[in-house]
Amino acid sequence: MGMRKVAIVGAGITKFVRRAQETGKELSWQASKMALDSCELTLDDVDMVTMGTAPDAFDGVHMKGEYLADGAGGIGKPYMRHFVGGGTGVFSPIHGWFHVASGMADICLVVAEEKMSSCHPHPQGAFLTIFDHTTEQPLMPTLIWIFALEMNRYMETYGISKADIARVSVKNKHNAMDHPAAQIPQEITVEDVLNSETLCWPVNRLDISPASDGAAAIVLASERVARRITDKPVWIDGIGFSIDTAYWATRDLAYPRYVETAARMAYDMAGIKEPHKEIHIAEPYDPFDYKELHHMEGLQLCKRGEAARLTADGVTARDGNMPICPSGGALGVGNPIAATGLMKIIEIFLQLRGEAGKRQVPGDPRCGLAQAWGDLMQMGTVVVMRK
Amino acid sequence: MAITEKINNTTVPTFWEGEIPVRYVYTYGLAGEKFFRAVKDKGTFLGTRCEDCDITFVPPKIYCDRCFNKLDKYIDVGITGYVETFTITFHNMDGSEKKVPRVLAMIRIGDTDGGIIHYLDESIDYEQIAIGMPVKAVLKPKGQRKGSIEDIVGFKAV
Amino acid sequence: MKLEDYELGGINIKSSDFKKGKVLTTEWEPNLKYAWDNGVAIGRYLAGLKEGRIIARICYQCKRIMLPPRMFCELCFRPTDEWMEVKDTGTINTFSIAQVNWDASRRGKDEPPLLPAVIEIDGASPGMGIMHMLGEVEPDQIKVGMKVRAVWKPREERTGAITDILYFKPLRAPAKKAGARKKTKSKNAAPARGKR
Repeated sequence: MGMRKVAIVGAGITKFVRRAQETGKELSWQASKMALDSCELTLDDVDMVTMGTAPDAFDGVHMKGEYLADGAGGIGKPYMRHFVGGGTGVFSPIHGWFHVASGMADICLVVAEEKMSSCHPHPQGAFLTIFDHTTEQPLMPTLIWIFALEMNRYMETYGISKADIARVSVKNKHNAMDHPAAQIPQEITVEDVLNSETLCWPVNRLDISPASDGAAAIVLASERVARRITDKPVWIDGIGFSIDTAYWATRDLAYPRYVETAARMAYDMAGIKEPHKEIHIAEPYDPFDYKELHHMEGLQLCKRGEAARLTADGVTARDGNMPICPSGGALGVGNPIAATGLMKIIEIFLQLRGEAGKRQVPGDPRCGLAQAWGDLMQMGTVVVMRK
Repeated sequence: MAITEKINNTTVPTFWEGEIPVRYVYTYGLAGEKFFRAVKDKGTFLGTRCEDCDITFVPPKIYCDRCFNKLDKYIDVGITGYVETFTITFHNMDGSEKKVPRVLAMIRIGDTDGGIIHYLDESIDYEQIAIGMPVKAVLKPKGQRKGSIEDIVGFKAV
Repeated sequence: MKLEDYELGGINIKSSDFKKGKVLTTEWEPNLKYAWDNGVAIGRYLAGLKEGRIIARICYQCKRIMLPPRMFCELCFRPTDEWMEVKDTGTINTFSIAQVNWDASRRGKDEPPLLPAVIEIDGASPGMGIMHMLGEVEPDQIKVGMKVRAVWKPREERTGAITDILYFKPLRAPAKKAGARKKTKSKNAAPARGKR
């Protein structure tokens, strides 16, 4: 297609915390600086900068992309913000990929930031307005409703129980014990999840990821430059993104078609025919535990309705045949929306390089993917990576 | 209302009213905390300096936005400066006329590269204001300072 | 590189320190008020609700009867063709039993849970659901697939709003005793909580 190969060569991240003292700019700088340091580059080496950050209404800064620019290293450079809701973090490398693959940049700094703690009384107040203002907002919905409705439909369609789903939360919070940036690593049991406060049945407190502050960054480079910078480039071999209708109540709530469409786009590009065999390790978006299962199915990593069984059988554990969310995911590491997706990209980057420390999955994984999802539960973003 | 009827009645509801019910509590950040603590406790302004780029940031930053160096040495830059630029406001936010016009200025602090946007003291004869005019910050009495931009009452001519 | 080798940024402020004001903060309450134009399709939809009717819109090309109505078909990318009144009955596609309010605050001990649902409206194309509330039903009696009917506000109280429908209630009263005897309660049946 006349596009250049693009590699990830460096990464940086802040701790994910409930309420950071740092401003969004400062968090962005901490992650960006670490990413550049990790591959021994300076800001002078960076041709272009992309910034991923979710609604302005979280940070409470209108035109947040512009506000964050100096912390992200964007001053005096081609700089652009992207935003596709919860899908933003995995769209970040896609946005940067366009810059490098097209030949416009040799080195692109990709930054993602979220500071949800500014929003009071709760970020849910900002979520209210993603619902249709005339036909839905008057019912005073919370975002949890929509997840509860989807989870219930998913359980009903495939005969899955709450306990089946709770295993995802147990696994991810356990995995997060080994992640240095993790906000809520915990050793819990399925019973703990089931006995935690019921928020919107079938969703309990421990089924949900927290609201978080944090930032992450990666450095992308063209093939020629990447090979000069590092012996261990991780290649972005496939990208995919797709959006479904905002008439969410008219969709099949048991199956994320938008994730499938995005995944097929990425697989075609990466030449992947049998994803469940060729993808060794995956970081699907898990803001709620059932979403990990939902997304595994949309990603064609297993058959519809089968993801819960794989989880119960330990296939998705860090030492299983197909490790899912070895980082600890949004459920364990935390969920500063845009930064979460990029954290997942960073996890696959480190895993493929064999640099994930205590989180390293066995078996020398060579191909991995990260996926995120967002807007009004309608946007799928997928990146396939190989070493 | 026949179902095939065209809409001729323009009195049907045509808009829907609502609001985004949020409020925000912002932290000042690592550099902002230091800056406003100094205003509150010491009655002075702090900046950070990047020697490589020869830039002094006021208010301070924890990083240089040109070279990305970490900046962690805070220097006292004093509370005097000069008017970099200004505007005179004659109206309130709601469009009504102000009894006394107010002068909003960007004040360059000392010999730094940074500045503070604030009001000039009401006692200033606004027809005498000029770019380059030396000014000094007027702070609230120490006991009344809370660590906010409102601790600065305004800037007065030196 | 290993994350473990770096000193990561991100200093968490303890909730107690935050409340005690140990770090400096500033507050802002934006005054964000809007008047959103309804447009033709939703304007007509609301006018219909005021009359106690649910009005959909048809696309002749894909033959979908769409709810909420829209003036263009997003799949065929052409103008839609005709208004059509559909029934005020439907089927529960999915539901929740919500113990939290819109701002994540918890429902009070004496407040019944909120019962949001996606309801596929009879007469519209299959799968055409709208979000609304359920009422006049015990939470533990709600089932996916249950038939429901709209309960409207009295005509004089309707304003042309989605809330002109108070909620949807089961078409038939659930056979409580029979249900209990046959133990048809599925493993996913919702726990009852709060009073009705």
